Amino acid sequence: MYAQMVKTAGTGVKTPDEMSDQERAFQARIDAGEKIEPRDWMPDDYRATLIRQIGQHAHSEIVGQLPEGNWITRAPTLERKAILLAKVQDEAGHGLYLYSACETLGVSRDELIEMLHAGKMKYSSIFNYPTLNWADIGAVGWLVDGAAIMNQVQLQKTSYGPYARAMVRICKEESFHQRQGYSIMMKMAFGNAAQKAMAQDALNRLWFPSLMMFGPPDKDSVHSTQSMAWRIKINTNDELRQRFVDQTMPQMKYLGLTCPDANVKWNEDKGGYDYSDPDWDEFFAVLRGNGPCNKDRMAARVKAWEDGEWVRDGLMAHAHKNKIKNAAQVAAE
Amino acid sequence: MSNEWPLWEIFIRGQHGMSHRHVGSLHAPDAEMAIKNARDVYTRRNEGVSIWVVEAVHIAASSPDEKGPLYEPSNSKVYRHPSFFDIPDDVGAM
Repeated sequence: MYAQMVKTAGTGVKTPDEMSDQERAFQARIDAGEKIEPRDWMPDDYRATLIRQIGQHAHSEIVGQLPEGNWITRAPTLERKAILLAKVQDEAGHGLYLYSACETLGVSRDELIEMLHAGKMKYSSIFNYPTLNWADIGAVGWLVDGAAIMNQVQLQKTSYGPYARAMVRICKEESFHQRQGYSIMMKMAFGNAAQKAMAQDALNRLWFPSLMMFGPPDKDSVHSTQSMAWRIKINTNDELRQRFVDQTMPQMKYLGLTCPDANVKWNEDKGGYDYSDPDWDEFFAVLRGNGPCNKDRMAARVKAWEDGEWVRDGLMAHAHKNKIKNAAQVAAE
Repeated sequence: MSNEWPLWEIFIRGQHGMSHRHVGSLHAPDAEMAIKNARDVYTRRNEGVSIWVVEAVHIAASSPDEKGPLYEPSNSKVYRHPSFFDIPDDVGAM
Protein backbone atom coordinates (compact mmCIF):
# COMPACT_ATOMS: atom_id res chain seq x y z
CA MET A 1 0.00 0.00 0.00
CA TYR A 2 1.46 3.33 -0.98
CA ALA A 3 -0.47 5.17 1.70
CA GLN A 4 0.18 3.67 5.13
CA MET A 5 -1.00 4.90 8.48
CA VAL A 6 -2.73 7.91 7.04
CA LYS A 7 -4.00 9.82 10.03
CA THR A 8 -7.71 10.39 9.55
CA ALA A 9 -8.70 13.92 10.49
CA GLY A 10 -11.61 14.53 12.87
CA THR A 11 -12.93 12.90 15.94
CA GLY A 12 -14.09 9.59 14.50
CA VAL A 13 -17.31 8.43 12.91
CA LYS A 14 -20.28 10.60 13.82
CA THR A 15 -23.75 9.16 14.27
CA PRO A 16 -26.42 10.67 12.01
CA ASP A 17 -27.68 12.63 15.05
CA GLU A 18 -24.29 14.24 15.59
CA MET A 19 -24.01 15.30 11.95
CA SER A 20 -25.06 18.64 10.53
CA ASP A 21 -27.60 18.59 7.68
CA GLN A 22 -24.78 19.09 5.19
CA GLU A 23 -22.75 16.25 6.68
CA ARG A 24 -25.76 13.94 6.63
CA ALA A 25 -26.45 14.74 2.98
CA PHE A 26 -22.77 14.20 2.17
CA GLN A 27 -22.66 10.82 3.91
CA ALA A 28 -25.88 9.81 2.15
CA ARG A 29 -24.27 10.53 -1.23
CA ILE A 30 -21.28 8.38 -0.32
CA ASP A 31 -23.48 5.58 0.96
CA ALA A 32 -25.39 5.71 -2.34
CA GLY A 33 -22.09 5.19 -4.19
CA GLU A 34 -22.01 8.68 -5.70
CA LYS A 35 -18.67 10.28 -6.48
CA ILE A 36 -17.70 13.46 -4.69
CA GLU A 37 -16.28 16.05 -7.10
CA PRO A 38 -13.86 18.92 -6.38
CA ARG A 39 -16.42 21.72 -6.23
CA ASP A 40 -18.95 19.76 -4.16
CA TRP A 41 -19.32 20.57 -0.49
CA MET A 42 -17.29 18.20 1.70
CA PRO A 43 -16.40 18.11 5.41
CA ASP A 44 -13.05 19.73 6.20
CA ASP A 45 -11.82 16.49 7.75
CA TYR A 46 -12.64 14.52 4.59
CA ARG A 47 -10.64 17.04 2.58
CA ALA A 48 -7.71 17.04 5.02
CA THR A 49 -7.57 13.25 5.17
CA LEU A 50 -7.67 12.94 1.38
CA ILE A 51 -4.86 15.47 0.99
CA ARG A 52 -2.75 13.37 3.35
CA GLN A 53 -3.64 10.10 1.69
CA ILE A 54 -3.37 11.15 -1.98
CA GLY A 55 -0.29 13.25 -1.20
CA GLN A 56 1.42 10.31 0.47
CA HIS A 57 0.44 8.11 -2.44
CA ALA A 58 1.89 10.62 -4.94
CA HIS A 59 5.11 10.99 -2.95
CA SER A 60 5.46 7.20 -2.89
CA GLU A 61 5.27 7.02 -6.68
CA ILE A 62 7.97 9.66 -7.01
CA VAL A 63 10.31 8.39 -4.28
CA GLY A 64 9.64 4.88 -5.61
CA GLN A 65 11.55 5.79 -8.77
CA LEU A 66 14.79 5.99 -6.80
CA PRO A 67 15.40 2.31 -5.87
CA GLU A 68 14.70 1.26 -9.46
CA GLY A 69 16.41 4.19 -11.12
CA ASN A 70 19.48 2.88 -9.36
CA TRP A 71 19.60 -0.02 -11.85
CA ILE A 72 18.69 1.65 -15.15
CA THR A 73 22.32 2.18 -16.09
CA ARG A 74 23.27 -1.30 -14.93
CA ALA A 75 20.51 -3.39 -16.49
CA PRO A 76 21.90 -6.62 -17.95
CA THR A 77 20.64 -6.03 -21.53
CA LEU A 78 19.58 -3.10 -23.64
CA GLU A 79 16.04 -4.50 -23.75
CA ARG A 80 15.82 -4.80 -19.96
CA LYS A 81 17.15 -1.27 -19.69
CA ALA A 82 14.54 0.13 -22.06
CA ILE A 83 11.78 -1.73 -20.19
CA LEU A 84 12.95 -0.54 -16.79
CA LEU A 85 13.23 3.00 -18.09
CA ALA A 86 9.62 2.83 -19.34
CA LYS A 87 8.50 1.44 -15.99
CA VAL A 88 10.22 4.17 -14.00
CA GLN A 89 8.77 6.77 -16.38
CA ASP A 90 5.31 5.33 -15.64
CA GLU A 91 5.96 5.87 -11.92
CA ALA A 92 6.67 9.53 -12.62
CA GLY A 93 3.39 9.68 -14.54
CA HIS A 94 1.54 8.04 -11.68
CA GLY A 95 2.97 10.59 -9.27
CA LEU A 96 1.77 13.37 -11.57
CA TYR A 97 -1.78 11.98 -11.91
CA LEU A 98 -1.97 11.79 -8.13
CA TYR A 99 -0.54 15.25 -7.49
CA SER A 100 -3.16 16.61 -9.91
CA ALA A 101 -5.93 14.75 -8.08
CA CYS A 102 -4.66 16.14 -4.79
CA GLU A 103 -4.49 19.67 -6.16
CA THR A 104 -8.23 19.63 -6.84
CA LEU A 105 -8.61 19.69 -3.04
CA GLY A 106 -7.03 23.13 -2.82
CA VAL A 107 -3.36 22.42 -2.19
CA SER A 108 -0.64 23.09 -4.75
CA ARG A 109 1.89 20.56 -5.95
CA ASP A 110 4.78 22.70 -4.81
CA GLU A 111 3.25 22.90 -1.33
CA LEU A 112 2.95 19.11 -1.22
CA ILE A 113 6.54 18.66 -2.34
CA GLU A 114 7.76 21.13 0.22
CA MET A 115 5.81 19.34 2.96
CA LEU A 116 7.48 16.08 1.97
CA HIS A 117 10.91 17.67 2.04
CA ALA A 118 10.21 19.24 5.42
CA GLY A 119 9.33 15.80 6.80
CA LYS A 120 5.67 16.77 7.30
CA MET A 121 4.40 14.16 4.85
CA LYS A 122 5.37 10.54 4.40
CA TYR A 123 5.87 8.06 1.59
CA SER A 124 5.61 4.27 1.69
CA SER A 125 8.03 2.47 4.02
CA ILE A 126 9.01 0.04 1.25
CA PHE A 127 11.13 2.57 -0.61
CA ASN A 128 13.47 2.89 2.33
CA TYR A 129 14.90 -0.54 1.54
CA PRO A 130 17.84 -0.77 -0.84
CA THR A 131 17.97 -2.51 -4.25
CA LEU A 132 21.30 -4.28 -3.94
CA ASN A 133 21.41 -6.20 -7.21
CA TRP A 134 19.48 -6.94 -10.40
CA ALA A 135 17.37 -9.66 -8.76
CA ASP A 136 15.97 -6.98 -6.46
CA ILE A 137 14.53 -5.20 -9.50
CA GLY A 138 12.66 -8.40 -10.33
CA ALA A 139 11.45 -8.83 -6.76
CA VAL A 140 10.37 -5.18 -6.52
CA GLY A 141 8.25 -5.43 -9.67
CA TRP A 142 6.77 -8.75 -8.63
CA LEU A 143 6.14 -8.09 -4.93
CA VAL A 144 6.07 -4.34 -4.43
CA ASP A 145 4.05 -3.57 -7.54
CA GLY A 146 1.94 -6.63 -6.79
CA ALA A 147 1.12 -5.25 -3.35
CA ALA A 148 0.48 -1.82 -4.84
CA ILE A 149 -1.98 -3.26 -7.34
CA MET A 150 -3.81 -5.04 -4.53
CA ASN A 151 -4.33 -1.68 -2.86
CA GLN A 152 -5.03 0.35 -5.95
CA VAL A 153 -7.61 -1.93 -7.52
CA GLN A 154 -9.99 -1.36 -4.61
CA LEU A 155 -9.26 2.39 -4.62
CA GLN A 156 -10.74 2.66 -8.13
CA LYS A 157 -14.04 2.60 -6.24
CA THR A 158 -13.08 5.32 -3.79
CA SER A 159 -15.59 8.12 -3.19
CA TYR A 160 -13.48 11.03 -4.42
CA GLY A 161 -13.88 11.30 -8.21
CA PRO A 162 -10.44 12.63 -9.20
CA TYR A 163 -8.70 10.04 -6.98
CA ALA A 164 -10.79 7.18 -8.36
CA ARG A 165 -10.10 8.28 -11.94
CA ALA A 166 -6.35 8.51 -11.28
CA MET A 167 -6.51 4.98 -9.88
CA VAL A 168 -8.22 3.66 -13.00
CA ARG A 169 -5.42 5.04 -15.18
CA ILE A 170 -2.75 3.74 -12.82
CA CYS A 171 -4.21 0.24 -12.57
CA LYS A 172 -4.26 -0.05 -16.36
CA GLU A 173 -0.52 0.58 -16.44
CA GLU A 174 0.48 -1.22 -13.29
CA SER A 175 0.13 -4.81 -14.44
CA PHE A 176 2.94 -4.23 -16.96
CA HIS A 177 5.10 -3.38 -13.94
CA GLN A 178 4.35 -6.55 -12.08
CA ARG A 179 4.79 -8.73 -15.14
CA GLN A 180 8.16 -7.19 -16.03
CA GLY A 181 9.28 -7.95 -12.47
CA TYR A 182 8.02 -11.50 -12.60
CA SER A 183 9.70 -11.98 -15.96
CA ILE A 184 13.04 -11.01 -14.38
CA MET A 185 12.36 -13.42 -11.52
CA MET A 186 11.61 -16.26 -13.95
CA LYS A 187 14.79 -15.61 -15.88
CA MET A 188 16.86 -15.76 -12.70
CA ALA A 189 15.02 -18.52 -10.88
CA PHE A 190 15.30 -20.78 -13.94
CA GLY A 191 18.91 -19.73 -14.61
CA ASN A 192 22.06 -21.22 -13.12
CA ALA A 193 22.50 -21.95 -9.40
CA ALA A 194 24.06 -18.58 -8.67
CA GLN A 195 21.22 -16.72 -10.41
CA LYS A 196 18.62 -18.76 -8.56
CA ALA A 197 20.38 -17.99 -5.28
CA MET A 198 20.21 -14.28 -6.10
CA ALA A 199 16.46 -14.54 -6.79
CA GLN A 200 15.94 -16.35 -3.48
CA ASP A 201 18.04 -13.77 -1.64
CA ALA A 202 16.00 -10.90 -3.11
CA LEU A 203 12.78 -12.62 -2.08
CA ASN A 204 14.15 -13.21 1.41
CA ARG A 205 14.93 -9.55 1.90
CA LEU A 206 11.79 -8.09 0.31
CA TRP A 207 9.07 -10.45 1.52
CA PHE A 208 8.40 -8.94 4.92
CA PRO A 209 8.86 -5.32 3.84
CA SER A 210 6.25 -6.04 1.13
CA LEU A 211 3.80 -7.30 3.75
CA MET A 212 4.41 -4.09 5.71
CA MET A 213 3.16 -2.07 2.75
CA PHE A 214 -0.42 -2.79 3.80
CA GLY A 215 0.09 -1.04 7.12
CA PRO A 216 -0.30 -2.25 10.71
CA PRO A 217 -2.71 -5.05 11.67
CA ASP A 218 -6.39 -4.10 11.86
CA LYS A 219 -6.43 -4.32 15.63
CA ASP A 220 -3.83 -1.49 15.75
CA SER A 221 -5.24 0.45 12.85
CA VAL A 222 -6.88 3.32 14.64
CA HIS A 223 -7.86 5.45 11.69
CA SER A 224 -9.68 2.94 9.54
CA THR A 225 -13.30 3.27 10.60
CA GLN A 226 -13.85 6.88 9.57
CA SER A 227 -11.88 6.44 6.34
CA MET A 228 -13.96 3.40 5.49
CA ALA A 229 -17.20 5.26 6.23
CA TRP A 230 -16.04 7.93 3.81
CA ARG A 231 -15.04 5.24 1.30
CA ILE A 232 -11.53 6.53 0.93
CA LYS A 233 -10.43 3.15 2.19
CA ILE A 234 -12.42 0.16 0.99
CA ASN A 235 -10.72 -2.90 2.49
CA THR A 236 -8.89 -3.31 5.77
CA ASN A 237 -5.10 -3.73 5.95
CA ASP A 238 -5.36 -7.38 6.96
CA GLU A 239 -7.86 -8.22 4.22
CA LEU A 240 -5.54 -6.84 1.56
CA ARG A 241 -2.47 -8.47 3.10
CA GLN A 242 -4.21 -11.85 3.14
CA ARG A 243 -5.25 -11.41 -0.47
CA PHE A 244 -1.66 -10.56 -1.40
CA VAL A 245 -0.22 -13.63 0.31
CA ASP A 246 -2.85 -15.87 -1.28
CA GLN A 247 -2.09 -14.52 -4.72
CA THR A 248 1.68 -14.56 -4.35
CA MET A 249 2.30 -18.05 -2.94
CA PRO A 250 1.40 -19.96 -6.13
CA GLN A 251 3.58 -17.54 -8.13
CA MET A 252 6.44 -18.26 -5.73
CA LYS A 253 5.90 -21.98 -6.07
CA TYR A 254 6.09 -21.71 -9.85
CA LEU A 255 9.47 -20.02 -9.50
CA GLY A 256 10.66 -22.85 -7.26
CA LEU A 257 11.60 -20.39 -4.53
CA THR A 258 11.02 -20.80 -0.81
CA CYS A 259 9.08 -18.34 1.30
CA PRO A 260 11.35 -16.81 3.96
CA ASP A 261 8.45 -17.21 6.39
CA ALA A 262 8.66 -20.82 7.65
CA ASN A 263 5.11 -20.54 9.00
CA VAL A 264 3.42 -19.99 5.65
CA LYS A 265 0.94 -22.80 5.29
CA TRP A 266 -2.30 -23.34 3.38
CA ASN A 267 -5.27 -23.28 5.74
CA GLU A 268 -8.11 -25.25 4.22
CA ASP A 269 -10.66 -23.95 6.73
CA LYS A 270 -10.22 -20.30 5.90
CA GLY A 271 -9.39 -20.95 2.26
CA GLY A 272 -6.20 -18.93 2.51
CA TYR A 273 -2.63 -19.09 3.73
CA ASP A 274 -1.57 -18.64 7.32
CA TYR A 275 1.52 -16.45 7.57
CA SER A 276 3.66 -14.63 10.13
CA ASP A 277 3.38 -10.94 10.75
CA PRO A 278 6.35 -8.84 9.75
CA ASP A 279 8.37 -7.22 12.53
CA TRP A 280 6.14 -4.26 13.36
CA ASP A 281 8.85 -2.59 15.45
CA GLU A 282 10.97 -2.44 12.31
CA PHE A 283 8.01 -1.01 10.39
CA PHE A 284 7.49 1.81 12.89
CA ALA A 285 11.22 2.51 13.00
CA VAL A 286 11.31 2.83 9.20
CA LEU A 287 8.31 5.16 9.26
CA ARG A 288 10.03 7.29 11.89
CA GLY A 289 12.93 7.75 9.50
CA ASN A 290 15.27 5.03 10.67
CA GLY A 291 15.10 2.60 7.76
CA PRO A 292 18.19 1.62 5.77
CA CYS A 293 17.72 4.31 3.11
CA ASN A 294 15.46 7.06 4.51
CA LYS A 295 18.20 9.68 4.57
CA ASP A 296 19.46 8.82 1.08
CA ARG A 297 15.99 8.94 -0.41
CA MET A 298 15.11 12.32 1.04
CA ALA A 299 18.53 13.73 0.20
CA ALA A 300 18.10 12.61 -3.42
CA ARG A 301 14.62 14.17 -3.63
CA VAL A 302 15.70 17.47 -2.09
CA LYS A 303 18.78 17.64 -4.31
CA ALA A 304 16.70 17.02 -7.45
CA TRP A 305 14.24 19.73 -6.38
CA GLU A 306 16.93 22.29 -5.57
CA ASP A 307 19.13 21.50 -8.57
CA GLY A 308 16.09 21.83 -10.82
CA GLU A 309 15.05 25.21 -9.51
CA TRP A 310 16.99 27.26 -12.09
CA VAL A 311 15.37 25.22 -14.88
CA ARG A 312 11.87 25.75 -13.51
CA ASP A 313 12.53 29.45 -13.02
CA GLY A 314 14.23 29.80 -16.39
CA LEU A 315 11.28 28.27 -18.24
CA MET A 316 8.87 30.55 -16.40
CA ALA A 317 10.99 33.60 -17.30
CA HIS A 318 11.04 32.46 -20.94
CA ALA A 319 7.26 31.98 -20.96
CA HIS A 320 6.78 35.41 -19.41
CA LYS A 321 9.07 37.08 -21.95
CA ASN A 322 7.22 35.44 -24.85
CA LYS A 323 3.89 36.53 -23.46
CA ILE A 324 5.02 40.16 -23.38
CA LYS A 325 6.57 39.89 -26.87
CA ASN A 326 3.39 38.37 -28.33
CA ALA A 327 1.21 40.99 -26.69
CA ALA A 328 3.44 43.75 -28.16
CA GLN A 329 3.21 42.14 -31.61
CA VAL A 330 -0.57 41.98 -31.43
CA ALA A 331 -0.69 45.64 -30.33
CA ALA A 332 1.53 46.70 -33.24
CA GLU A 333 -0.60 44.97 -35.87
CA MET B 1 6.34 29.34 -4.03
CA SER B 2 5.29 32.21 -6.23
CA ASN B 3 7.07 30.85 -9.27
CA GLU B 4 5.05 27.66 -9.56
CA TRP B 5 4.26 26.61 -13.13
CA PRO B 6 0.59 27.19 -13.90
CA LEU B 7 -1.87 24.32 -14.13
CA TRP B 8 -3.17 23.19 -17.55
CA GLU B 9 -6.16 21.00 -18.26
CA ILE B 10 -5.47 18.37 -20.90
CA PHE B 11 -7.88 17.11 -23.55
CA ILE B 12 -7.02 14.20 -25.82
CA ARG B 13 -8.72 12.86 -28.91
CA GLY B 14 -8.43 9.10 -29.18
CA GLN B 15 -7.94 7.02 -32.29
CA HIS B 16 -11.47 6.48 -33.47
CA GLY B 17 -12.86 9.87 -34.40
CA MET B 18 -14.15 10.67 -30.93
CA SER B 19 -14.19 14.23 -29.64
CA HIS B 20 -11.43 15.51 -27.35
CA ARG B 21 -11.93 14.29 -23.82
CA HIS B 22 -10.61 15.67 -20.55
CA VAL B 23 -7.94 13.30 -19.22
CA GLY B 24 -6.41 15.27 -16.35
CA SER B 25 -4.13 18.18 -15.69
CA LEU B 26 -0.47 19.01 -15.38
CA HIS B 27 1.91 21.89 -14.71
CA ALA B 28 3.88 23.61 -17.44
CA PRO B 29 5.42 27.05 -17.97
CA ASP B 30 3.65 27.64 -21.31
CA ALA B 31 1.35 26.03 -23.87
CA GLU B 32 4.15 24.50 -25.90
CA MET B 33 5.62 22.76 -22.86
CA ALA B 34 2.13 21.76 -21.70
CA ILE B 35 1.62 19.88 -24.99
CA LYS B 36 5.03 18.23 -24.70
CA ASN B 37 4.38 17.23 -21.10
CA ALA B 38 0.89 15.99 -21.98
CA ARG B 39 2.45 13.78 -24.64
CA ASP B 40 4.66 12.18 -21.96
CA VAL B 41 2.12 12.06 -19.16
CA TYR B 42 -1.10 11.13 -20.96
CA THR B 43 -0.20 9.39 -24.23
CA ARG B 44 2.54 6.92 -23.31
CA ARG B 45 0.47 4.08 -24.79
CA ASN B 46 -0.93 5.61 -27.97
CA GLU B 47 -3.99 6.99 -26.21
CA GLY B 48 -4.37 9.89 -28.57
CA VAL B 49 -3.95 11.51 -31.96
CA SER B 50 -4.54 15.12 -30.89
CA ILE B 51 -3.90 17.13 -27.72
CA TRP B 52 -5.60 20.30 -26.54
CA VAL B 53 -4.26 22.21 -23.55
CA VAL B 54 -6.10 25.00 -21.72
CA GLU B 55 -4.74 26.91 -18.78
CA ALA B 56 -6.93 25.88 -15.86
CA VAL B 57 -7.66 29.48 -14.79
CA HIS B 58 -9.43 30.07 -18.13
CA ILE B 59 -12.02 27.36 -17.54
CA ALA B 60 -15.41 28.57 -16.36
CA ALA B 61 -17.52 25.89 -14.76
CA SER B 62 -21.10 25.49 -13.61
CA SER B 63 -21.55 25.41 -9.88
CA PRO B 64 -22.66 22.15 -8.26
CA ASP B 65 -25.06 24.15 -6.07
CA GLU B 66 -27.02 25.21 -9.14
CA LYS B 67 -27.45 21.65 -10.34
CA GLY B 68 -31.18 21.67 -9.60
CA PRO B 69 -32.31 24.86 -11.38
CA LEU B 70 -29.70 24.50 -14.14
CA TYR B 71 -30.95 21.15 -15.40
CA GLU B 72 -34.59 21.46 -14.43
CA PRO B 73 -35.72 22.73 -17.86
CA SER B 74 -34.64 19.47 -19.48
CA ASN B 75 -35.97 17.24 -16.70
CA SER B 76 -39.52 18.30 -17.46
CA LYS B 77 -39.28 17.69 -21.20
CA VAL B 78 -39.37 13.93 -21.46
CA TYR B 79 -40.82 14.18 -24.98
CA ARG B 80 -37.33 15.07 -26.17
CA HIS B 81 -36.49 11.37 -25.94
CA PRO B 82 -37.65 9.19 -28.82
CA SER B 83 -38.89 6.55 -26.39
CA PHE B 84 -41.65 9.02 -25.36
CA PHE B 85 -43.59 8.16 -28.51
CA ASP B 86 -45.30 4.84 -29.03
CA ILE B 87 -44.98 3.78 -32.65
CA PRO B 88 -46.87 0.59 -33.58
CA ASP B 89 -44.72 -2.38 -34.58
CA ASP B 90 -46.58 -2.53 -37.91
CA VAL B 91 -44.92 0.72 -38.96
CA GLY B 92 -41.56 -1.02 -39.14
CA ALA B 93 -38.17 0.40 -38.21
CA MET B 94 -38.13 4.07 -37.30
